Amino acid sequence: MPGVLKPAPATPTGPEGDGSLYKKRVKVHPKKVEGPFRRFKWAVLFLTLGIYYLTPWLRWDRGPFSPDQAVLVDLANRRFYFGPIEIWPQEFYYVAGLLIMAGLGLFLVTTSVGRAWCGYACPQTVWTDLYMAVERWIEGDRNERIRLDKAPMSAGKLAKRSTKHAIWLLIAVLTGGAWVFYFTDAPTLLRELLTGQAPFVAYATIGVLTFTTYSLAGLMREQVCTYMCPWPRIQSAMLDEDSFIVTYKAWRGEPRGSAKAKDANLGDCVDCMACVNVCPTGIDIRNGPQLECITCALCIDACNDVMGKLDRPKDLIGYTTLERDIAESKGEPLPPMWKTLLRPRVLIYFAVWAAIGIGMLVVLAGRSRMDISVAQDRNPVYVQLSDGDIRNSYTVKLMNKEPRPRQFDLSVSGLDNARLANPRMGEAPAKRIRLDVRPDGVDTYTIQVRVPAASIHAEQSDIVFKAHAADGDGDVMETTRFSAPESAVKAR
Amino acid sequence: MSADPKKPESGPGTTGHEWDGIEELNNPLPRWWLWIFYASIAFSLVWVVLYPAIPIPGGYTKGTLGYSGRTEGEQALAALKAQRAEALKGFDAVPLNELKNNPQLMQAAVEGGRSAFKIYCIQCHGTGAAGGKGYPNLNDDDWLWGGSMEEIHATLVNGVRQPGNDDTHMSLMPAFGKDGLLTKAQIADVTEHVLAISGQEHNAAMAARGSATFAQQCASCHGPNGEGMRQFGAPNLRDAIWLYGGSRADITATITTARAGVMPAWKGHLPESTIRQLTAYVHSLGGGE
Repeated sequence: MPGVLKPAPATPTGPEGDGSLYKKRVKVHPKKVEGPFRRFKWAVLFLTLGIYYLTPWLRWDRGPFSPDQAVLVDLANRRFYFGPIEIWPQEFYYVAGLLIMAGLGLFLVTTSVGRAWCGYACPQTVWTDLYMAVERWIEGDRNERIRLDKAPMSAGKLAKRSTKHAIWLLIAVLTGGAWVFYFTDAPTLLRELLTGQAPFVAYATIGVLTFTTYSLAGLMREQVCTYMCPWPRIQSAMLDEDSFIVTYKAWRGEPRGSAKAKDANLGDCVDCMACVNVCPTGIDIRNGPQLECITCALCIDACNDVMGKLDRPKDLIGYTTLERDIAESKGEPLPPMWKTLLRPRVLIYFAVWAAIGIGMLVVLAGRSRMDISVAQDRNPVYVQLSDGDIRNSYTVKLMNKEPRPRQFDLSVSGLDNARLANPRMGEAPAKRIRLDVRPDGVDTYTIQVRVPAASIHAEQSDIVFKAHAADGDGDVMETTRFSAPESAVKAR
Repeated sequence: MSADPKKPESGPGTTGHEWDGIEELNNPLPRWWLWIFYASIAFSLVWVVLYPAIPIPGGYTKGTLGYSGRTEGEQALAALKAQRAEALKGFDAVPLNELKNNPQLMQAAVEGGRSAFKIYCIQCHGTGAAGGKGYPNLNDDDWLWGGSMEEIHATLVNGVRQPGNDDTHMSLMPAFGKDGLLTKAQIADVTEHVLAISGQEHNAAMAARGSATFAQQCASCHGPNGEGMRQFGAPNLRDAIWLYGGSRADITATITTARAGVMPAWKGHLPESTIRQLTAYVHSLGGGE
């Protein structure tokens, strides 16, 4: 009855019907499979893990004042190095832009080819694949593993289990170990790690990542995708009837039946369970698209293998869209692939994605390698000097983003006969002063600007600080205010 | 897991709750979630043993690690003091005049002086050392008693007009009007003269008369041209800076009742090192000589 609260049953029912509030995990034993998608997944695995493990060891010469690690997230000095690109904290919007691009890229990929990220490139998938390969190597394929699980503990089982977990732990340690190299000079840190002299945070990070890698890729596996990851829930908003996803062509396969039956009414599916046995998340793709499906396409390989042996057409399970699947079932001609792929939604995602990328590249190419920031001192805002001149103090920060020491010439405009002085230097005020700025860093100066009363026409005037690189390589300006007492303005 | 939850024979069924046809599924939690729940309980038990946790009458459980935020704060403060001492190593032995040859020590002294200034000096001189009427602005280039390191130091040590201190800065301006030394007309004339020498709008005839009175009564301290005399802390009357105001009314009031500001002698109240740091700070404000 709508709107009416029905009484709850006395005992909640679990899937096992045992009244448990908690669901036991059904262990998945994926079977080995070979085929083009499996080969593609191996290729992605080697590529992504190769990038992950080797990147910190690439070198990039930046001269004597900057580190020579190609990719370095230098948290202590707040610098981010990516080859020729160096990002300062105040330029973090580049990283934000990359994250937005990654998000849009995920939308773009998902809306065109489904959860390709989940199936091939997600670290959870890659490491789980690696861990499963180790498991298969030590404990054998699906049936052997099921037998081993059921077998009572014996010396042989213990040996297999402990070898497997030892290798898993080793991979986990190496995973955490590679991560920390991104944050400091890799060769130095490796030496320190091996001699026990590395900072505590390095060991702690390795420890945490060892634990997460071991438990997520070794023990949790598909549970991470099913329960922990939000993406499976979001994907349904990304997919539509034109998204290519792993699909069981039920119109071709049903009704299922043994190949030996020779019944003309039966479909192509021989109910061999090959697709279920290879599934890393333990689902049956023949039930249609499901939350748990990461679209790794291993069921396609498995099914095509069987179809090949039976001399039946391939792709009973295959990448197709809902629209195309319906059209195919009716025997209608299919539109070309590119037409399905290049639909407005995909193009818009791509356009936005590309626009952000191009915009960032343009900004990056044109960015200044120096910067200035000027803050007028507020206490006191002005000082009247004995000859009637008014003096304001400013905290001037000069940023030199080049990895070499530079000198900037500082001058002000906006008020006639304004003169600057760096009180630390004890020199007489001048129209232009030269200041040293450290390589790849910020130097802060207190700069006093002295203006004759005759030049002052208002209590607040705009003045412009200009820093000109002495090597001629750049100019930056900042507008700020010059304050004077009411009496100095009135006196005129 | 592929089961359709709405099919009672395969799924978890519903809780029986239904609103307008929308039913609440009775999906059980995964078992590992329960383990994490237990793990967090275990964690909290360990925490309760190790750290301050439970309020009890008369205090709280202290925990076996002996941690307390107060101790941590004290340690941080001690570390900070040690850091300062390190930065100021050798400072006491360096003559103030030679400090400029050691920029790092100079900076440490200026920063030490800045924090001491915020405690002992801002009551009169203001947080920005800009002073106010009757309290000198320490940022400018005008000094009553001198703006060199030594002179600033001397002012800090012995103060201004401190009774019972032989070394204090001492001088006394007569209250020309109150004590009847000058007539009101004479005071008005001297006022016009002071306005004249400081480049302000004035009555020339009165100023000319006042000039003679000034030479007689004021020049002994303020100098024949009104340029002031630091020996007596007598201000320069020709510049743009007025401790008690430079308007006609202010100058008249000053001549009539006189001014005699005071400043504490910090010797004995503050360690010599702190006084020297204050000297460096005040000298660094922009008017140091």
